[in-house]
Amino acid sequence: MSAPTSDARIFARPSAAKRAEKGVFWLLRLGTYFVLACALFIFLDIGLKGGAVVFQARAPFINIPFLTQAPETLNVVELDGQKVRMGDREFRAFKEQNPDKLKGAKVESYVYSAGGIFPNIVGTILLVVGSITIALVLGVLSAIYLSEYAADGPFVRFLRLSIVNLAGVPSIVYGLFGFGMFVIAMDMGVSLLAGWLTLAFMVLPIIITASEEALKAVPKGYREGSLALGATKLQTILTNVLPYALPGILTSSVLSIARVAGETAPIMFTAAFVIRDNLPWQVEKATDFIFQGVMALPYHIYVVASKIPQNEYTHDVQYGTAFVFLFTVAAIAMTSIVLRVRLRKKYKW
Amino acid sequence: MVTTLMPEAPSSSATVRPVTVPPIGAPGSDQPAPARGAARPMIEIDDVDFFYGASQALHDISLNIAEKEVTAFIGPSGCGKSTLLRCLNRMNDLIDGTRIGTGQIRIDGVNIYDPRVDVIELRKRVGMVFQKSNPFPKSIYDNITYGLRIQGEKRKSRLDEVVERSLRGAALWEEVKDRLHQSALGLSGGQQQRLCIARAIAVEPEIILMDEPCSALDPIATAKVEELIHELKKDFTIVIVTHNMQQAARCSDKTAFFYLGRLIEYAETRTIFMNPANPQTEAYVSGRFG
Repeated sequence: MSAPTSDARIFARPSAAKRAEKGVFWLLRLGTYFVLACALFIFLDIGLKGGAVVFQARAPFINIPFLTQAPETLNVVELDGQKVRMGDREFRAFKEQNPDKLKGAKVESYVYSAGGIFPNIVGTILLVVGSITIALVLGVLSAIYLSEYAADGPFVRFLRLSIVNLAGVPSIVYGLFGFGMFVIAMDMGVSLLAGWLTLAFMVLPIIITASEEALKAVPKGYREGSLALGATKLQTILTNVLPYALPGILTSSVLSIARVAGETAPIMFTAAFVIRDNLPWQVEKATDFIFQGVMALPYHIYVVASKIPQNEYTHDVQYGTAFVFLFTVAAIAMTSIVLRVRLRKKYKW
Repeated sequence: MVTTLMPEAPSSSATVRPVTVPPIGAPGSDQPAPARGAARPMIEIDDVDFFYGASQALHDISLNIAEKEVTAFIGPSGCGKSTLLRCLNRMNDLIDGTRIGTGQIRIDGVNIYDPRVDVIELRKRVGMVFQKSNPFPKSIYDNITYGLRIQGEKRKSRLDEVVERSLRGAALWEEVKDRLHQSALGLSGGQQQRLCIARAIAVEPEIILMDEPCSALDPIATAKVEELIHELKKDFTIVIVTHNMQQAARCSDKTAFFYLGRLIEYAETRTIFMNPANPQTEAYVSGRFG
């Protein structure tokens, strides 16, 4: 028996194929890591800078005014050689009390850089909840029709093609459509209702497609079993198909929530106000509720990031809003996910 | 081999071969079948053709099915036996592009393809058990009461009573009585299939159609279902489609052999297996093809 020598054929030897494999492997790995790095950068950047605005070191640790007040103009006053920051209301009160002090003092005003973003949070939540409700109702009705009732034919194929195409329409086109259709032609004005409908139409294709898939995934045996017991088609769908498809339908709603909450283009012509004094529930009569415009987080970011003069003071409100925005969308999506998990447990198959 | 698997002859009556078909054009005829005095035909299938789109799946099928008997449909895959079974409660209506030809299927003398027939009512009277057991992802209790609830029955006492009666009827009561409110999907395959039978008998049909009910079950579960079929025969007319010839031999009174969409032979099960008239039947039951 001879001991294995260094030139035993089974020992590893470098070759071009192995070098190539290693190189490609690293390329794949780096490509994936790059995506991760981008995501991390975005979340860390917003998390750190925005977190610094929303959270604070002193009790109560959260910047409550930022979450509960409306946006204000920031006034920076030079008093005794010191720069003092004051919100607009604070500044006026100060002016009334000490009219002398401000004489000759240098006052600089920066729009939207003080106060908070409370009306924007409320507006975004209202827009999301309303439009998702409308989109789910319309979408599930269409999905049931397409999956359970419609016989395959040229017309249904055309319908499906239209739905898929609708998914590819840019959001600004939806915005202009909503503006022309709802705001002007149907005379709704810039309002919640117009925004709801525009956003709902934008996510309808996602909801219809996903709901149809969810309905089709319900085993045929459940339908046949139910029909064979003397149930009508409608009874079968309501009691023995739709409940099992709900988790899948809710998955589609999670995707839609993220889109509805995030899009700026569809609401800038239809529902969003830059600034509004009244909160949505401060209306004279109940019907005014759906015919009022609202402030919204994505539009606020757009405005403070590109429509006002940039300076050291706008920085905070930009990052703070982005941070709260991410958090709000995550919270709404999370409720949908929790609901889905619960339903999955209830109807496991 | 075939002889050892034969059941005890159910009666000493002379074999009928082929079973006589009542004259066409006598709808609603309620006369007893000529050869078997006691049992009148529950289902009369009269010259039925069936089409999936352009392709014809059944050709001129005519046969009578007697009340409170077990009738087996056998034949190789694609011979049309399941299609015929699904015609009996119009489950084929669910498939687009299917149509029945000029023939008639009469149950209790009524043509079930008559436009005035209420398909919902028909399916209440003609229950069905499927090849793949399909308990709904609900509790055992909710599965059994499904049929009654959609008919609007709400009384708890009545539902409880039906659950117990149906489960006893399907020989499942002792096994599940302590977990009626647990998911039906926790049952074994054989129990699931018996649950489906219990669910079917809960709506008190007259006829139960079984489409290869044991094809996914192990031999022990199969034996239980077969025993059950034997029991159910007292109260229901049963039509069973099976791939398993021994099963047909064990649990049916009459057997119909189909081949390529045609009824080749229909007679007492004993005759089909021991003394078939048609050489194709003989070749099939002795395992030479199919």
